[in-house]
Amino acid sequence: MRRPRRPLFLARAPYRRRRLRDAARILPVLGLFLLLLPMLWAPDARMALTAGDVIYFFAVWLGLIVVAAAFAPGLSRGEGADEDED
Amino acid sequence: MPFNLLVLACLLYVAFLFAVAFVVEGRAARGRLGWLRSPLVYTLSLSIYCTAWTFYGAVGYAARSGLEFLTIYFGPTLVFIGWWWLLRKLVRIGRQHRVTSIADLISSRYGKSNALGVIVTVIMVVAATPYIALQLQSVVLAFGVFASAAPDGSRPLDPAQIAVWVAVGLAAFTILFGTRNLDAREQHHGIVTAIAVEAVVKLVALLAVGSFVVWGIAGGVGEVIQRINAADLSAWQVQPGRWTGLIFLSAAAVICLPRMFQVMVVENEDEGHLARASWAFPLYLLAMSLFIVPIAVVGLDRWPDGANPDMFVLTLPLAEGQGALAMLAFLGGFSSATSMVIVESIALATMISNHVMIPLWLRLRPGAAAGDDLRQVVLMARRLAIAAVLALGYGYYQVSGGSAALAAIGLIAFLGVAQVLPAMIGGIFWRGATRVGAMLGLVTGLVVWAYTSFLPSFGPGAALPAEVFTEGAFGLAWLRPHALFGTEAMDPMTHALFWSMALNCLAFCLGSLLTFPGPVERLQGAAFVNVFEGAVGPQRWARGQANPEDLLIMAQRILGEEAAQSLFQSAARAQGKEGFLPDPTPAFLDSLEARLSGSVGAATAHAMISQLVGRATVTVEDLMAVASESAQILEYSARLEAREAELSRTAGALREANEKLTQLSLQKDAFLSQISHELRTPMTSIRAFSEILTEGDLPPETVVRYGQIIHDEAKRLTRLLDDLLDLSVLENGAVQLTLGLASLQGMIDTALTAARATRPEREFLVIRDLPSETIYLKTDADRLTQVFINLISNARKYCDAPRPELRIAVRQRAGRVTVDFIDNGKGIPKDAQSLIFEKFARLTDANRAGGAGLGLAICREIMANLGGSVAYLPGQGGAAFRVTVPLRLETLAA
Repeated sequence: MRRPRRPLFLARAPYRRRRLRDAARILPVLGLFLLLLPMLWAPDARMALTAGDVIYFFAVWLGLIVVAAAFAPGLSRGEGADEDED
Repeated sequence: MPFNLLVLACLLYVAFLFAVAFVVEGRAARGRLGWLRSPLVYTLSLSIYCTAWTFYGAVGYAARSGLEFLTIYFGPTLVFIGWWWLLRKLVRIGRQHRVTSIADLISSRYGKSNALGVIVTVIMVVAATPYIALQLQSVVLAFGVFASAAPDGSRPLDPAQIAVWVAVGLAAFTILFGTRNLDAREQHHGIVTAIAVEAVVKLVALLAVGSFVVWGIAGGVGEVIQRINAADLSAWQVQPGRWTGLIFLSAAAVICLPRMFQVMVVENEDEGHLARASWAFPLYLLAMSLFIVPIAVVGLDRWPDGANPDMFVLTLPLAEGQGALAMLAFLGGFSSATSMVIVESIALATMISNHVMIPLWLRLRPGAAAGDDLRQVVLMARRLAIAAVLALGYGYYQVSGGSAALAAIGLIAFLGVAQVLPAMIGGIFWRGATRVGAMLGLVTGLVVWAYTSFLPSFGPGAALPAEVFTEGAFGLAWLRPHALFGTEAMDPMTHALFWSMALNCLAFCLGSLLTFPGPVERLQGAAFVNVFEGAVGPQRWARGQANPEDLLIMAQRILGEEAAQSLFQSAARAQGKEGFLPDPTPAFLDSLEARLSGSVGAATAHAMISQLVGRATVTVEDLMAVASESAQILEYSARLEAREAELSRTAGALREANEKLTQLSLQKDAFLSQISHELRTPMTSIRAFSEILTEGDLPPETVVRYGQIIHDEAKRLTRLLDDLLDLSVLENGAVQLTLGLASLQGMIDTALTAARATRPEREFLVIRDLPSETIYLKTDADRLTQVFINLISNARKYCDAPRPELRIAVRQRAGRVTVDFIDNGKGIPKDAQSLIFEKFARLTDANRAGGAGLGLAICREIMANLGGSVAYLPGQGGAAFRVTVPLRLETLAA
């Protein structure tokens, strides 16, 4: 009862849809990377909180939200079209 | 501001929430939800992630530990923007299997095991109790702030009394709207909408306080940035282990917290809402935390020490004389606390009633499935469970005295619920995860969490004796709660997270790898893991002996009369029957179980239908037995098939042999008629001429001529008979070969000389390559020479070129020698090439050839006896025959 063979190459629209899904999967990884980056900030030089830290985190956060919002319509539109192929 | 006004506002607010929930329930009952089913409401309802811990505690957290409070929001942000990985699957599974709670999900995934459901329920209740206590405490603290701020101090405030009233009020609201009915899916539109309203209130309140602090007190964004830079926020720096650990922890919690699971999966109306929430919910979190740092910094500036930073959200506006703003902030905090408690207690009550109380009740009263009014029993169980959960929370608050910092309790609760994560993630992505593995993992995680995090949180000497902290349990130093196995480098939180998750995962994986899942488990595992592939839904029920009437009675008890009757009626109509009683087909039983499990959980629904179908045990085992029986039948029929195939093969062979025999018989007849004809012709002329001779008085020369004719004909007869004899000997393989070494050149010489007798009048040019002929063959030289003579004679006879030529080419290859005889005549027509080796085959007029047409047939038989062959070689410009003989004939081919 294997699933039927998938085609090897896709038309343009499904191709884009799959890459969008890939991007949606990569996004949290990128987010984690950016949010873990402060661990590498020099620990001794900055003993206190600065406004720069706050701005960095909120900028990253907002950036992730904006990208996710850009992805969401395409992802939910494509759903169901060729759903079982992922 | 007067304290009484505050209480009045509180009551008004609660009344408003009651009204909202009531109106929405009414609309839901009439099926007119409209925009209430929008992604907006879904996203806002998710905001119960932000409890009073967030509303008050985040400021305190920031004041104590700098930006670390952000990790609590980063985890959920990552989970939601990565919804395509996990949440999508979780929501699909939840909808497809009508999951009612996280305990139901785990129990359903691992073969509808109720034991697992109980374990998860226990973990959730234990972890949620301090969390609920935390909410009560925050409300009491907030009341306390207002009471102490009241100038007249007219009324001494009893915190315990407030806590009691808050708990009772929450229990009343939850029971009223959370257990109104047993829906097919465990959805509560009224409560969800009320929570969405509360989400707006708390967001507006926090933003209002934040704006006031930034622009009202600090004097603008630039000022705030300066203050942040100047502030000494407790030497903040990122500690890698703790930072990563907290992000992981909050990511795990947002999936596993019972209340989050309730609104995210169970109350989900439409999977499409998740796409919108994937960015809208992180945006909500961002808005909630936008002003946390400014509030903390400004609060610390104002009260360098002493004041409780957890209450800055209230105390800052109060200190500035902004009574209304403080009231709004209070309502925001109140909203956070109440919404969390309401949903959490509903989620926990669902688990407790479905996995603990109802199974217990069914166990105590067997046969109850069709007997009493289960609907009322389930609802009553829910109500009792809600009351019990709130009582537990209140009890914890009383015992702990409400002293610990909010954030610490929150993290401990997060870590508790995160113990479910391995079993859950493993369950929906790994088909190999088994019930035993999940159970081991959960129990291990629970024990380690309790030992390293939960029990120590009561302080040394409270739950664990003080010496355990310094000496370790049983005096074993490697068992110290904050330094298991000697790992002292981590802070207690990271330490507990590290060890509980590590040992949990280890036990889960080992248990899963080493055990074998039962049939139901494997079916459910496949259905969960491959939820997007569809059509793997397990067929659970064989056609049972269930009485449809009993089923209807039971369904009525759970779903309510109207719903159950319409369900049965539509099922009966789908089967083409009138009335309310459909046949208990497997499909119908499946759909009924799915409906029931939406109300009482998968394990209970399964058990109840099992009772009625007449088998106390799960019928999948029976199904498997049936399957193995049919597998045996299949095997048997496969064997039959194989035998039949063999038979038909034999029959085919027989038919072939028969055809061959028929052909041979025909051939024999043809041979006989041919041979009689061949014998008859010379016999006729011999008889005729001998008759003439016996009459006498003939001239002597005529006598001589006739005598010569008779002699020739007799010779021809003899030759024919010789050939026939020879052929029959050769064909029978009874020929005696005299093997010996002989020169090929010699044989060809002999053959050429002998063949000169045939049509001696023709001049024949023979082209030979003598060096290539110096080969010694081990064969029967006489027989081979006979073949050569025959071929050369044929060439002499039939070659019709004006200047006839015969080329003899010898080649040796791989132990075989080929001798080609090629003349320059016009060759043999293509359609005749296959005939020339047959007996009596003559292409041209028999008289001209003077032979019986047996020559080539004899050649073929001789060559077969010599282990070689003779074949016609087409495309050589004339008639060409190739003789192939082995260089050394070792054994007789016969």
